[in-house]
Amino acid sequence: MSEIAAGTTLPPLAYDVTATTVVLGALASRDWRPMHHDQDFAVNRNGTRDIFLNTPNMAAWFERYLTDWSGPKGRLGRMRFRMKGSIFPGDTMVFNGTVASVDDDDTGCRWVSLDVTVSVDDAVKTECSARLAVPTTPDDNPWARRGERWLP
Amino acid sequence: MSEHRSGAEERSSDGQRTAVHSGAAAEGGGPLGTVPDDVIALIDVVQYEETAGFPVERGYIWTTCSSVENGNPLFWDDAVAADITDGPIAPPTMLSVWFRPHNWAPGRAEPHLPLQVHFDLKDRFELPEAVMTDNTIVFYEPVRPGDVITTCQKLKSVSEPKTTKLGTGRFWVIDVEYRNQRGELVGVESYTGFGYRRSEA
Repeated sequence: MSEIAAGTTLPPLAYDVTATTVVLGALASRDWRPMHHDQDFAVNRNGTRDIFLNTPNMAAWFERYLTDWSGPKGRLGRMRFRMKGSIFPGDTMVFNGTVASVDDDDTGCRWVSLDVTVSVDDAVKTECSARLAVPTTPDDNPWARRGERWLP
Repeated sequence: MSEHRSGAEERSSDGQRTAVHSGAAAEGGGPLGTVPDDVIALIDVVQYEETAGFPVERGYIWTTCSSVENGNPLFWDDAVAADITDGPIAPPTMLSVWFRPHNWAPGRAEPHLPLQVHFDLKDRFELPEAVMTDNTIVFYEPVRPGDVITTCQKLKSVSEPKTTKLGTGRFWVIDVEYRNQRGELVGVESYTGFGYRRSEA
């Protein structure tokens, strides 16, 4: 991953969201609240357009997007989310990411800071700032770091 | 926790940072003069410590990976997991999943709400509405199948009253810490909430 530099863009990921996507994601994250599986509740009680993706599952989507790019040695240190809008069945959500910076810390760990968004029809629904550790050489493995050698 | 969709802003209309750390409060006379002593006394105090009702399990790891089509071999190929992570681990972003209780369990007392401190503050300040404006997760030791995770909540800061386009209320920051059965920190979630009362039209 030595070619990573500020400004590097990640390949976009587009995904057609269905009711199954929403329900499966909610139950996978053990979120039983009705606005993530019951359309009548979502529309008539919550006043939303439909059931919508829940936040914990959204985090899992961002993780997948980032590690698709980094490979299995990529290790998340930190993620920050800003929620701006919901994603509903019928939406095509599109993930985009850009490398903001690349720095080695005092322990020699290489950190890639990334700005990632998920959008629907070019409107950003959630922003994610992530700090991802990546190997510096083929033998390096961020997952081997513990204690004072892991400073996320 | 926080699919609140809103126009809440972290900065108030006067542009000042709204979530003020408690450190300023102890000095007295500062902008936090409006935060009551009983609330300041809660800052950095361990609250609502709770141990998960079930161990981390691979079934949920696979269900989660399937739900987002995550093909990372760390979670699907034991040889890769043995090589890179010294055995299977859970996706880091599943941190809070291990704490959501079953929808029903025999003889169970009502569990704490997730982020009970948030609801406590809404009640304390009599603020009927609330949104989460910001959520940060920091990952430490990997979570592994069989781990039993313990969590606690800590209030980190409370702001003086602020007015945003949603209404008037206060911002607060709450940390949720997660540790494994050996007491090792596995992660910290930090939430910024805004409890408020809608502005009169």
